[in-house]
Amino acid sequence: MSDPLVKVEGVSKKFCRSLKKSLWYGLQDIAGELVGSNRERTLRPGEFWAVDDVSFELKKGECLGLIGPNGAGKSTLLKMLNGLIKPDKGRIELNGRIGALIELGAGFNPLLTGRENIYINASVLGMNRSEVDVLFDQIVDYSGLQDFIDTPVQYYSSGMRVRLGFSIASQLKPDILLIDEVLAVGDLGFKLKCFNTMDQMLADTAIIFVSHSMPMISRMCSEIMLFESGNTAFYGKDVAHGIDLYYNSFSQNDSVIFASGDGIRHIRTTVPADEHINGMPIVKWMDDLTITSEIEVNKEHKTLNLGYVILDKEQKPIASFTSGRIDITGMQHNDFDMLTIKASMAEIQLAKGVYSVDIVISEDLGYKPLFRAKGVCSFQISDTIDIWAPMRFNARWQVNDTEL
Amino acid sequence: MKKEFSTVYTPGSRIRTPWLLLKDMFSGILNGRELAWRLAVRDITAQYRQTALGLLWALIMPLASTLTWVFLNGTGIVSVGRTELPYPVYVLTGTMLWSIFMDALNAPLQDSIASKAMLSKINFPREAIILAGIYKVLFNGGIKIGIIIAALLILGIHPDWHIAFFPLGVLSLILAGTTLGLFFTPIGLLYTDIGRLLSMAMQFLMYLTPVVFPMPESGWVALLFQVNPLTPLILTTRDWLTGFTPGFLGSFLIVNGIMLVLLLVVLLIYRLVMPILIERMSA
Repeated sequence: MSDPLVKVEGVSKKFCRSLKKSLWYGLQDIAGELVGSNRERTLRPGEFWAVDDVSFELKKGECLGLIGPNGAGKSTLLKMLNGLIKPDKGRIELNGRIGALIELGAGFNPLLTGRENIYINASVLGMNRSEVDVLFDQIVDYSGLQDFIDTPVQYYSSGMRVRLGFSIASQLKPDILLIDEVLAVGDLGFKLKCFNTMDQMLADTAIIFVSHSMPMISRMCSEIMLFESGNTAFYGKDVAHGIDLYYNSFSQNDSVIFASGDGIRHIRTTVPADEHINGMPIVKWMDDLTITSEIEVNKEHKTLNLGYVILDKEQKPIASFTSGRIDITGMQHNDFDMLTIKASMAEIQLAKGVYSVDIVISEDLGYKPLFRAKGVCSFQISDTIDIWAPMRFNARWQVNDTEL
Repeated sequence: MKKEFSTVYTPGSRIRTPWLLLKDMFSGILNGRELAWRLAVRDITAQYRQTALGLLWALIMPLASTLTWVFLNGTGIVSVGRTELPYPVYVLTGTMLWSIFMDALNAPLQDSIASKAMLSKINFPREAIILAGIYKVLFNGGIKIGIIIAALLILGIHPDWHIAFFPLGVLSLILAGTTLGLFFTPIGLLYTDIGRLLSMAMQFLMYLTPVVFPMPESGWVALLFQVNPLTPLILTTRDWLTGFTPGFLGSFLIVNGIMLVLLLVVLLIYRLVMPILIERMSA
């Protein structure tokens, strides 16, 4: 339990951007490999470090999430761990059977049936015939493809292929499991099933998990490594913080106006705050949050209904609220009058993070929008702790009717 | 999935620990046997599931080239020297055996290219691809041989007890083909030029091997025929099949010995450089 199953020390890997050069270097590398060259690996013209000096350790029962933008080096690291390519520097030590859910359904031949392909794929993954004979029914049951098992795999949908592939691969009992974004196409029911399987595996396995889906990462991982162009930008047990840093690495989206009717003009929406970082208002957890919109409305409009949606960094709606019908007849004097509308929420209990605000303006609830825009303003909630969930409630706690 | 219980990956070349590499290679062949069988069955089934003529394709090509040569010789456009066997039998056996050799030669590169996606995503014994290629050549070769033997009987050639050695001859052709093909595979996976050059060179080589022409008696061309290592393989195998006593048994054995050692070397190289190839071709 105490000995690490995976030990990665200062591992680096270089890659070449140009194909012609890459092939030529490949030829040189083959020659070097054949004469047993032990030269220090340095960058040749056109090369860069795709993975640069990465180190970590992983024990049984731990799950490391590898996150980062496309091309940051996550998959390259996984390929080195899987022994497909060699590191250019450093050392990788693995203790135990290695399983990889990297390419599901490898070796599937589209012309052959699901039944035939189960045997082929299992064989590619290192299972022998008698092992598959024993597990065959279990694999088919798990995949839920009983009706299609004698159909050629070329008539399967991509989701069905992944189902079959995962059903086979999940029968392996590895000590170290490498997973690379394989479940993206499965339907929700199957994804949940896969997660349960992986949860069960985790007890006696060290898992390394590459994904762009932060909900999956936060659900699975006990530690996290954030990659930025080959480097480790963050490594630690604070998964929520790692995810936060990952989101921060993307620039904020500008606002997009979807609908703009006649006689109404949105001037600005702001969140007043005492503190700003890079122009973004900072609101402390449990402080009051105020959203202020300034709009110009002409006299034709007698009523207004203002709605806000607060979204997290994944653009997932967290809260939505509307003013209801506001009678503005007495507030207008000129053709175009500016209205300042404020919405205040006391003791805001959103979790730490950056949020953006969408706005919808209509004449009344359920009416066609006069104005609709995404990302009209954004604000940040500051808090002492990182959590993954979107809300942190300020609960009243009692033990045996005694307030804490 | 690997069964080793401690795995270490470092940048250094594994050729510095040749015995370990050799051991890994043999366990790769051992562990890859079943996979190789599966892959071969997969490819053969798939190959015949989408054709209407099925097994007939194995014989159409050599038959076509036999007819071409018999026609060329018969009309006097090309004058082939005298052969001890009736000329159609000579060409038919020659082209069939040559096509088995060519299948074996093309298999390592073709199968490695076809397995690119698998090679670059999954760690399985790489030797299985080569082994599966040999199984496929054996299967297709078996069909061809069945057809030649039937044709021989029809043409009035009756093989004698020498035919017991004939399978050995076929194996030697497959051995030579696999060794040669595997030798070019690593570079061929990087540069597609190699595949093209190889098929061109092989066309040329066929005319320096007693496939459609008998061996010239003298001159510098005769010397080329003699130094060509494929000459004793083709001649001996054909002699065994058609009931002649082979005249090049010594060179036959020497070539096979050399090929066997070379096969081990190229198999080692294949395993050694695979990570570099995957790095350059990985999808």
